[in-house]
Amino acid sequence: MKVKELIEKTGWKDEGTSSNLEGEVVGAYCGDLLSWVMGNGEQGQAWITVQGHINVVAVAKLREFSCIIIADNAPILDEFMNKAEEEDIVVLSSGLPVYETAKVLVELGV
Amino acid sequence: MSTVLHEHYEVKPDDFANAGKASSAIKEQLKSLGLSPAVLRRVAVATYECEINLIIHANGGTIDMDIEEDGTIRLVFQDTGPGIADLEKAMTPGFSTASEKARAMGFGAGMGLPNIKRVSDTFDIQSSEEGTRIELTFVES
Repeated sequence: MKVKELIEKTGWKDEGTSSNLEGEVVGAYCGDLLSWVMGNGEQGQAWITVQGHINVVAVAKLREFSCIIIADNAPILDEFMNKAEEEDIVVLSSGLPVYETAKVLVELGV
Repeated sequence: MSTVLHEHYEVKPDDFANAGKASSAIKEQLKSLGLSPAVLRRVAVATYECEINLIIHANGGTIDMDIEEDGTIRLVFQDTGPGIADLEKAMTPGFSTASEKARAMGFGAGMGLPNIKRVSDTFDIQSSEEGTRIELTFVES
């Protein structure tokens, strides 16, 4: 499933940091410890986290995640948004807890 | 072995805003040389962890990358920080001495050095009160 289909099907908020919504979502990874995610995430996954700061963008870019999904209405810093825009990384906000966010992805067959 | 490409990067202390910049530059450089995604991934994990360590634990430092004639990628991370008091502990997954500030940002999982060792083909670490030096090599698998 492409990122744009994910947005259409879930109604999750696209934070508008990237217009490239053609990336393929090939699974998901949940985690907030950056080294853990860096070491275990896979290319193309959607990364579900409650960390909304600048270093999350660097990890997402290096791991080549398809998008970052901020769960639980976690606070998102302006510098995070600016960095995501600069690096062309899609950021979505699910408004749901991490578990519920992951469940939606499972139900959609991600 | 002679070097066909050399790159040098400076990493500033406590510069969380630019964390990952050197790692991204290295990854892009290697990508442009046509290295496989598998080795790019391993290099990216290791360089990011080392870069973060320079920012969090040392007073910044330097990264030197050499690509040798046979394709070996050699990376040297050097700092003049306080050194690692107990290397064995530092290599234990889950052990961390990261500050509260670093932990609040999701660092300090205690997976940095174990991750680096796991993804590199050779791993050498030397640490004293004068600083820490890590040398890694990667080859196309």
